[in-house]
Amino acid sequence: MTAIPWLSILMGVSVLGALGVSFLKNDKLAKQATLGVSLLVLVLAVVMTVGFSPNGDRFQYAETYDWIPAFGVHYAVAVDGVALVLILLSAILVPIVVLASWHDAEQGKRSVRTYFALLLVLEAMMIGVFAATDVFLFYVFFEAMLIPMYFMIGSYGGAQRSYAAVKFLLYSLFGGLLMLVAVIALYNVAGKNSFLFPELIGAVTDPTTQKWLFLGFFIAFAIKAPLWPVHTWLPDAAAQAPAGAAVLLVGVLDKVGTYGMLRFCLELFPDAAKWATPVVIALSVIGIVYGAIVAIGQTDIKRLVAYTSISHFGFITMGVFAMTTTAASGATLYMVNHGFSTGVLFLVAGFLIYRRGSQYIADYGGVQKVAPLLAGAFLIAGLSGLSLPGLSTFVSEFMVLLGTYERYAVPAIIGTTGVILAAIYILWMYQRTMNGPTAESVAEMKDLNGRERWVVAPLIALIVVLGFFPKPLLDVINPAVKESLVNVKVTDPAPVVAVKEGQ
Amino acid sequence: MEPAEILSHTGGGAISLAWLMIVLPLAGAAILLIGGRATNKWGHLLGVLMSVGAFVVAALVFLQLIGLDPAQRRQSVNLYEFIPGVANIGLLIDPLSISFCLLITFVGSLIHIYSIGYMSHDPDRRRFFAYLNLFVAAMLLLVLADNYVALFIGWEGVGLASYLLIGFWQYKPSAAVAAKKAFVVNRVGDFGLLIAMFIIFAQFGTLQYAEVFPAASQASQGVLTAIGLLLLLGACGKSAQLPLQSWLLDAMEGPTPVSALIHAATMVTAGVYLVVRSGAAFFPEGSTAGLVVTIVGVATLLAGAIIGTAKDDIKKGLAGSTMSQIGYMMLAAGIGPAGYAFAIAHLITHGFFKADLFLGAGSVMHAMNDEVDMRRYGGLRKLLPITFVTFFIGYLAIIGFPLLSGYFTKDGIIESVMHHNAILGWLAVLGAGITGFYMTRMVVMTFFGPKRWDEKAHPHESPAVMTWPLIILSIFSVGLGAYLILSNRLLVFLGPAVGQPAELPGFHPFSVPGLTTLALVAVGAGIAIAKYGRSEVPVVQPRGSFLTVFARRDLYGDALNEALFMRPGQWLTRLAVFFDNRGIDGVVNGLAAGVGGSSGRLRKIQTGYVRSYALSIFVGAAVLAGAWFVVGTL
Repeated sequence: MTAIPWLSILMGVSVLGALGVSFLKNDKLAKQATLGVSLLVLVLAVVMTVGFSPNGDRFQYAETYDWIPAFGVHYAVAVDGVALVLILLSAILVPIVVLASWHDAEQGKRSVRTYFALLLVLEAMMIGVFAATDVFLFYVFFEAMLIPMYFMIGSYGGAQRSYAAVKFLLYSLFGGLLMLVAVIALYNVAGKNSFLFPELIGAVTDPTTQKWLFLGFFIAFAIKAPLWPVHTWLPDAAAQAPAGAAVLLVGVLDKVGTYGMLRFCLELFPDAAKWATPVVIALSVIGIVYGAIVAIGQTDIKRLVAYTSISHFGFITMGVFAMTTTAASGATLYMVNHGFSTGVLFLVAGFLIYRRGSQYIADYGGVQKVAPLLAGAFLIAGLSGLSLPGLSTFVSEFMVLLGTYERYAVPAIIGTTGVILAAIYILWMYQRTMNGPTAESVAEMKDLNGRERWVVAPLIALIVVLGFFPKPLLDVINPAVKESLVNVKVTDPAPVVAVKEGQ
Repeated sequence: MEPAEILSHTGGGAISLAWLMIVLPLAGAAILLIGGRATNKWGHLLGVLMSVGAFVVAALVFLQLIGLDPAQRRQSVNLYEFIPGVANIGLLIDPLSISFCLLITFVGSLIHIYSIGYMSHDPDRRRFFAYLNLFVAAMLLLVLADNYVALFIGWEGVGLASYLLIGFWQYKPSAAVAAKKAFVVNRVGDFGLLIAMFIIFAQFGTLQYAEVFPAASQASQGVLTAIGLLLLLGACGKSAQLPLQSWLLDAMEGPTPVSALIHAATMVTAGVYLVVRSGAAFFPEGSTAGLVVTIVGVATLLAGAIIGTAKDDIKKGLAGSTMSQIGYMMLAAGIGPAGYAFAIAHLITHGFFKADLFLGAGSVMHAMNDEVDMRRYGGLRKLLPITFVTFFIGYLAIIGFPLLSGYFTKDGIIESVMHHNAILGWLAVLGAGITGFYMTRMVVMTFFGPKRWDEKAHPHESPAVMTWPLIILSIFSVGLGAYLILSNRLLVFLGPAVGQPAELPGFHPFSVPGLTTLALVAVGAGIAIAKYGRSEVPVVQPRGSFLTVFARRDLYGDALNEALFMRPGQWLTRLAVFFDNRGIDGVVNGLAAGVGGSSGRLRKIQTGYVRSYALSIFVGAAVLAGAWFVVGTL
């Protein structure tokens, strides 16, 4: 155990911050306090990341305490490279979302300060879910995360918020139920009297049991991710959620699904995972193409962005289940990059919608002429959505496809058609909203203000910098992914022709 | 002779600083875009400075390179690790890349200077220069990369610049649509390039040229052909070759300097670069992939020429011509080492004379209130003397008038192809004849005959900042071809990079194909003069025969794309959206309703009873889990 319990501190600061904010009477003060707390968490997370040694032990900053000793439940947290970058993603996105949501909670059913307190509660849970190394603790965070998000959609969302919130909750609870059964069964079958993840690796050997338990976890994660065909809650939830909540929902919460597949489905049930691979790869490829085609046909900006995410999640799950180092590292990097990319896309779309009061593409036109900065930010966000080289998303998409091709050539080729479809859905949306003659209804639209520029600038800077220098993140991710794949007992296919000297 | 080995650069000199070539214009673009309106006053000057700076660096690198022994002239400079285990960012300095660098930065700088005048009345001139700088940076990365991933960054980077510049006047719907079309069609090509990279990586475990090229011969024939054809698909997208040609004519929506720089002189030749760069490995002499390259090339050179014959829009006429001339380059690149030097030589001379022609067309448009219809020109030679003379030199160069640039380079292509495959060679000769027709038609309609413009136009010669670039380009259009071809200068220079045929070709001015070409060009020009010079040109486009309409409509390329891809795609999209809303979601909602008992119950749930519902799920879960627990422990 390290001297400083970093992970508990991160969660503790968020929770205490949430408590404090909820007692503040003044809304403005509550917002400022939330921003302050989330920035503090970010600083702490950055310090923690700097202290992480990529080539040291797999799990670092470990803390383990008994929670329910009778059932071997622990409060056990620690991070490997994969969990670390996802926690960092959360810590970066929250202050940006706070700043972006400055006026978003004013028409909500509940008070403004509650919204911001919920954001901090959610942050604590997002950190917890990635940090948990006790499977039961992971399950608790996995389910508990739903609560703040449910209220953020249901109380502060758009016209159809109740429908969307309930659909989100029911879908998630259904998956969670299956996972709970699988978690408890895993405990029994393993017979280690412990829920600690490292002790459960390799504990389930019977092939049939593995398959059943795998399915319990996998379906929950597939709904969360979401994987085709259990995706239909996402467009509703993302379209109805306030833009900031949509960012955290699609940018971080959904990643718990793909993260869970990599961490739990593959490592705990390696044989079952290999058994399921053909189906998962097929569903992923369908998701890539289907999500993109349906995105092209959307008339609502936020739903369009949500469907692009379904396409992108197809890439991530394909990369995870291709089980090569390049593909799985690429998939992990994709989780981070997609968070930033979709984040900025949702936020800029949110700014646009806030000004015009409509989510429909047809209500816009020629915005570039009156609000060039807003249009420019929208374009860069869109270009990262279509994985333009030089922006971060390209690196991860390229790695996923490159690594998948090594083992599954045909799915990789079909998946690559996604790059053509992405160009269509992004640029057509951009053309209809930003280009052409300026529509009368947007003629008076104001360009980005100072606060909004501070929201957009850091995300764009991150997308560009990581587009050219992904190495710092990959150096952290690669060793962790390699250790995961060792536990799955797979090795990368060797090149057909050995060219490098010394091989 | 095989290409020389790629060495790691060790010693300093300009080669160590070659990265500045890319960074200078990139910095220019960043400063102008981030600096915003504050840089409006001097933005164009910064843009020019950065482009000229890149040229100076390129020239210094070139000087250092020719000082080296030919076997030492391929050096790779590693800059940094990009994707660990997959790719670095590094530059390959060799005769091929430096030839491109000189062309891009020199012609690019002239076009930057010209744009100061051409865009002087545009309120967004600064943004224009930012995009031009971005283009130059990306194009240099494309040709300088020492591996396919870095090439691809430049490859899509020039695509982005092209998108931004075609759509520069984005408030025009036609410009916005053309920009999007260019990007999407290019992505179809990039799909091929991506798959090619996946195969290369799976085969060789690397994407570095230095490692892939020497090992290529160890891969199976089928794999090599597949890689070659997929690279060709990428090349077709970027270079507007059949079947991915449709975007280039629409791309003329961009400001004319863009058409000159990106859609004539440099970016559209990137496909030729890709084929020549990968040639020894994936398009060797006599290979299937190489054969397909030549077929694509010859088909496009004829199609582009035919399209060029029917256009009344001066820029679209030139665009058809660009397609056609790149077809010549592709054709030569497909035949192997015997053709590489001629492909590149024609690429370089075409870069000069086509830029000259486009900028000349821009100068005419500048004089004519942006009118592009040649039916409304006529008799401009006296009012625009400098533009006329420079355009006329470019015209002579492109039709292959003896001793001008195009004469040497196009003749080189025809001769070398003729040795390789006589049918392809004679088709190339036929293309030259059509070129003679459409270019003469263009010159006659624009500069000769009676004036056909209306009273509002007041044609005037362009300012010096625009005419000087024209003069310089036309000087190169005269002399460059002879310099590159005579005594096989370019061929020997490129040898270490692309290989050399065992027997050096001589220059045969009086061969049968050469004389036939000249005769056909004369016939084409004569028909054009008879048709457009001797009789009146109607101001309104006549209906035209079936063949004329066929050419006017770009050989129905767009109609074909719409019928094959766009309409089925729209139909598929509507189906998918419907299926998603009614099909999948319908099933889900139906299931939920079923579980809830009735749809009325569901509505209740949706209006606030969710907590009890959630509770019931938890209870259910607990019961199930408990049951399992009991069963498990028994």
